Amino acid sequence: MEKREYKLLKGNEVIAIAAIRCGCDGYFGYPITPQSEVMETLMELKPWETTGMVVLQAESEVASINMLYGGAATGKKVFTSSSSPGISLMAEGLTYLAGAELPCLIVNVVRGGPGLGTIQPAQSDYFQATKGGGHGDYRLIVLAPASVQEMNDFVDLGFELAFKYRNPVMILSDGMIGQMMEKVELSPEKPRWTNEEIEKKYGSWIVKGKPSTRERHIATSLELDSAKQEKFNQKLVAKYAEVTKNETRYEKIMCDDAEYLIVAYGSSARISQKTIELAREKGIKLGLLRPVTLFPYPSKAIQELTPQLKCVLAVEMSTGQMVEDVRLAVNGKIPVEHYGRVGGMIPSPEEVLNAVENLIERK
Amino acid sequence: MAKIKGTIVVDVEKCKGCGVCVPSCPTKTIALGREVNGKGYNYMQMVNPDTCTGCTNCATVCPDTVITVYRVKVE
Amino acid sequence: MIKPENLVYSRTKVLTENIMHYCPGCSHGTVHKLIAEVIDEMGIQDKTIGVSPVGCGVFAYNYLDIDWLEAAHGRAPALATAAKRLNPDRYVFTYQGDGDLASIGTAEIMHACNRGENIVVIFINNAIYGMTGGQMAPTTLIGQVTATTPYGRNVELNGYPLKITELIAQLPGTCYVTRQTVYNPVTVRKTKRAIRKAFENSMMKKGTSFVEVVGTCSSGWKLTPVDANQWMIDNMFPEYPLGDMKDI
Repeated sequence: MEKREYKLLKGNEVIAIAAIRCGCDGYFGYPITPQSEVMETLMELKPWETTGMVVLQAESEVASINMLYGGAATGKKVFTSSSSPGISLMAEGLTYLAGAELPCLIVNVVRGGPGLGTIQPAQSDYFQATKGGGHGDYRLIVLAPASVQEMNDFVDLGFELAFKYRNPVMILSDGMIGQMMEKVELSPEKPRWTNEEIEKKYGSWIVKGKPSTRERHIATSLELDSAKQEKFNQKLVAKYAEVTKNETRYEKIMCDDAEYLIVAYGSSARISQKTIELAREKGIKLGLLRPVTLFPYPSKAIQELTPQLKCVLAVEMSTGQMVEDVRLAVNGKIPVEHYGRVGGMIPSPEEVLNAVENLIERK
Repeated sequence: MAKIKGTIVVDVEKCKGCGVCVPSCPTKTIALGREVNGKGYNYMQMVNPDTCTGCTNCATVCPDTVITVYRVKVE
Repeated sequence: MIKPENLVYSRTKVLTENIMHYCPGCSHGTVHKLIAEVIDEMGIQDKTIGVSPVGCGVFAYNYLDIDWLEAAHGRAPALATAAKRLNPDRYVFTYQGDGDLASIGTAEIMHACNRGENIVVIFINNAIYGMTGGQMAPTTLIGQVTATTPYGRNVELNGYPLKITELIAQLPGTCYVTRQTVYNPVTVRKTKRAIRKAFENSMMKKGTSFVEVVGTCSSGWKLTPVDANQWMIDNMFPEYPLGDMKDI
């Protein structure tokens, strides 16, 4: 049996290590708190001397995301990491990547906004991550880790989904998971794809130099013919439907007999998990549904639970963003409320329980 | 004495009649004609075919690469 | 006479059959042709990745029969950086206009050149925004009338023409920085040699090669193509003098 490797690591550090181990070809990024350890770790590990991975500190987030475009189009596994204000700068590049159908990974270690905001954790970029951020009809596949282990696991998964669907994938983390240390089982080491492997897998679209045997490949999101652009948009819709069908991931905790439900992702889900324990001790039949993918959103799972529930509380470190998707899933059948702390404040399990009890009392 | 003779073939339908080739011709062989092509451009043509030396100047400056040049040595 | 053995100039096969959307006399067409000829003569069609800009050159990918990346406005050097670093055996070039390179993409071009990316940059400077209908460019001359400087570029209002190539020549990451033009056979041939040198440099790990081509925009300048060439000689060259700024 393969030897398992465990390490005590920060969420940000493990992103870097997981990327090297999964055969990533390139990282392009710009320092911003609270995620700078991603690039720092990469620079310290010097993967260009071992796996040949390229690591480059770009001049800005705008450049980083466009470097991803340049790398992804050649069939390479490329990723960047940033935090909220940096992701806003990347919005342009994200929509171009989605429009050109290029695979890449973006890690957003969210901090509180708006504007320069705070460097403390928040979940206030849910709308930006799941509803667009950039212009035009497009979606990112969004993974929401709730542990350092998942920070590790979602790097490989993110690349897998990105290439499977030729779409940018975002790991939507936050400053808490990025900065905290946990024991992690590292992923097995995989070699980088060779140029021959890339050609074999993705030779139908990569921009690599045109041999005389094929038509030229163009990575572009430009189409002046409206009828063709509409057709392309419909193709994207079909792709997103396929992603929704195949890739919706969530975790249900104590939901079988639940009369009340918390829906929470990432850090809030960790906190809410403790709330479930506290509630159960008090005899409150509280369950937790944790969306692991935020796009596609586990609407169906929430819908299916709705008949057994009296009300739902969406817990998130924002003023109420994901709660809108919970309401859409529940579709008015039962009350859905939001509880959140913002600006870098992190709710305690007790105050979440308090919010649950208040909600139960009022309904 | 050997003499150089040249000629050009213009892809008339692709010529936009910009005329930048005309001053590049050292022997005043070419000019924009009165006739128009399918796009309505007065395309370039040889007005003094005998003087062409096949120097390739016109083809070199042509932004739309519509000129093909041939050249022979006549003894 | 019209026989294959007598052929001395024909359209390179690296140009596609598509008719370019450029206006009559536009320098873009000439420069496209030169790049195509260099790629053809070097035999690197299967090893070349072009990065097209936003601006009139956006559709360059329709005209050169090579693989292309179409970049967001100004970002071509960032795309090229990654494409080259991840595929060092490929020839990577950007093709950018003055708005793309010298205005919205100033950060990307300066830093790519300063890092000494082993790429080729072809910079078309015609002192105007052609694609959007003739607005002021960073390189628009003082007093030059454009759609957004209807009374002429005014220094107090608009600042000065940006001589970005002179700035780039100062960067230690660049190995070859030159300003050329394409209005007559001599200058076209010189520009072609410059482009060829730039492509060759990109495989020698010498740093960035930067070729500015001062060109005309007869539609934007509201002149005939032939008059535009003369206007360029009279007005553009004094501000943007031709020649090599750096050749290491």
